[in-house]
Amino acid sequence: MKNSLRTPYDGIVMAAPVTIPYARYSIESAQWWIGRALSALVARAGIKASDIDGLCVSSFTMGTDSGIGLTQHFGLCVRWLDTVPLGGASAIAALRKAARAVQAHDADIVACVAGDTNHVDSFRLTLENFSRFNQDAVYPYGAGGANASFALIARNYMRTYGVTREDVGRIAVAQRANALRNPHALMKTPLTLEQYLAARPISDPIHLFDCVMPCAGAEAFLVMRDETAASLGLPAARLLSTIERHNAFADDPMQVRGGWAMDVDELYAMAGVTPDDLDIVQTYDDYPVITMMQFEDLGFCNKGEGAAFVRQHDLTVDGDFPHNTSGGQLSAGQAGAAGAYLGLVEGLRQVLGEAGPTQVKDAKLGLASGFGMINYDRGLASGAVIFAGPAR
Amino acid sequence: MLQRCEACGAFAYPAREACPACLSGSLAFVDAPRRGALLAETTARVPSDVYFRERAPWRIGLVKLDCGPTMVAHLHADCVEGAPVVMSFQLDKSGQAVAFARPEGETPNMADDRQWREMTADPKFRRVLVTNGRSLIGQEAVAALKAAGAKTVFVGVAEPWRPFAGEQWLRGQQGVEVVTLDASDEKSVTDLAADIGGKVDILVNTTEYVRAGGVLDRRGTSVARDEIDQAYLGFINLAQAFGPAMRMRGADGVNSSAAWVNILSVHALANWPAFGAYSASQAACLSLSHCLRAELRPGGVKVLNLFTGPVDNEWFQTVPPPKVAPRAVAQAVVSGLRGGLEEMYVGDVAEEIRQRLAANPKALERELDK
Repeated sequence: MKNSLRTPYDGIVMAAPVTIPYARYSIESAQWWIGRALSALVARAGIKASDIDGLCVSSFTMGTDSGIGLTQHFGLCVRWLDTVPLGGASAIAALRKAARAVQAHDADIVACVAGDTNHVDSFRLTLENFSRFNQDAVYPYGAGGANASFALIARNYMRTYGVTREDVGRIAVAQRANALRNPHALMKTPLTLEQYLAARPISDPIHLFDCVMPCAGAEAFLVMRDETAASLGLPAARLLSTIERHNAFADDPMQVRGGWAMDVDELYAMAGVTPDDLDIVQTYDDYPVITMMQFEDLGFCNKGEGAAFVRQHDLTVDGDFPHNTSGGQLSAGQAGAAGAYLGLVEGLRQVLGEAGPTQVKDAKLGLASGFGMINYDRGLASGAVIFAGPAR
Repeated sequence: MLQRCEACGAFAYPAREACPACLSGSLAFVDAPRRGALLAETTARVPSDVYFRERAPWRIGLVKLDCGPTMVAHLHADCVEGAPVVMSFQLDKSGQAVAFARPEGETPNMADDRQWREMTADPKFRRVLVTNGRSLIGQEAVAALKAAGAKTVFVGVAEPWRPFAGEQWLRGQQGVEVVTLDASDEKSVTDLAADIGGKVDILVNTTEYVRAGGVLDRRGTSVARDEIDQAYLGFINLAQAFGPAMRMRGADGVNSSAAWVNILSVHALANWPAFGAYSASQAACLSLSHCLRAELRPGGVKVLNLFTGPVDNEWFQTVPPPKVAPRAVAQAVVSGLRGGLEEMYVGDVAEEIRQRLAANPKALERELDK
């Protein structure tokens, strides 16, 4: 493993992971959901809102607001502010920025928040106005909604590596089992592999249970230095390493790998751990086939071995490879940009021993990844983070 | 047409402002090689957009062009993964240019493909009204449309008691119905629309009223008034009588209404003083056609304008060649409909004026004054 030249995140921690329980549809605004998350952060950390001196926000449905408008909206007076519009990579990107800000003492306590509402027509409107390439060269083909775009990626990946729907389905089925333990998951009924295989086709080879359910919700956590956490008496998880990459492997005619593959060695080298050391893994599961790709690109197996890896491991909370322990977006719901946070926030709860019914025994070391922004023919953004609980 | 970098030669798609290979800002649209390979396909069964939801299942794919970029494309049913395809941009029902992949080489009944027909206005299986059967262009249009597989061709004849050349042939054709129509007479147009308005899938406006002369050498406005009555007001009469029903029937199954065709003088674009008042009446029609195109678009009905130079008929007897054969105009009508086009230039004169207008409009104006 090569050595990282990057400045270590010494003494940088994350605390107070909060989730505002999701709703399939909400008449509230995104600002309401973000406000609930900020309120929960303050309550959970036992601080005053005025103690928050840094804010990083991600949302698709804030309308014309950005982070700056929210400071006045929520009565926050911050000296560090960012708005991260990176879809499924937003949580990793927000954490990376916030970590360096508190490390340099530009801020002491940064609230990283993502929240979105889901009105009955929000999802279609988000699709229609997603990006210029999307408007020009994807939406006019009936491919709005990412299903058709990911269907093309999935079909090519599955054909290239001989992956069957059954292989991919194991991921979705295991996550549903995990979701049944999570009282806030939107999906509350068991899912068998037979049911997965028999589901109605949406855009071949994507079938119903390959798709996330858009919903409203919010997720958040605090980033600070360890002495701040200690002075507040807050249990905190240490940040060990991060990677982030955009528009990787642009010459691959179709996406069979994400940017993780470019930076994975550095991810583990900076953390000083190996994939085998991880107790829990939270991947970005907008589609299970993308999760399978991450198992390969994040070094759990070689390219093309994702299907075998899934067959050889039990991905449930009690299994030998606990993965997406809250049910992931596939079974808990995709609350817009909060979907980027879901894995990281759940992962933080796990290593802090606060995950309740989904708690993995003795979880100390975790990995969360993000993936986002299918601007045209592929997801452009990728990121990952390794973090450790106080017990490690 | 794709963008090509003038600095490094790389092709780019989707359209952008800087070259992804070298960041040059000089990206010109050029005719790009059309060949590619289909990398992957999917059949969207539950699209979120209402247009596609109505038409699902809908097949699309990702094509790697031989010249570089990858394109999301609508697929012809005969396209096979891994096999070569030929790309074109087609105008969809909303008037947007979209990429369409067809298999390399002909396949049986290729033009009958369901998704292809959504992009085109192919006269095959459709019912067409040709508004003026007295003219050579009208009669050639009837023949060409029948040959292209139109189910019925209605052909309008004003004052049907007055005999005309070609009448016998017209009345003897299978699947051709001669109807009474004088486009300049509002009542005549309304009466016909009441009778067949719901059955017209394609309307080919072959109204022809050509008189020589400009402004100063004519006395009064009576000829100009006739030109306006016949061409411009006739167009309005036809549009008001047939347009609304066509707009409503844009999604009416395989025989949906599909297109409105105008045959215009290319001098609608640049006045030809020898036929100056006529040119002006054509310019009025051209402007109106753009309005009609916008109004028909919500129904997915296309407006195709065919620009011709002087036609080889009695009205241009004094004009030296090159002239356009009426048959060439009729064939262009069919090929424009088959391609789902909005504009076509027929013949050498029309093509020359198109090019010269783009190159130097003032020089063209001066040169037409000869």
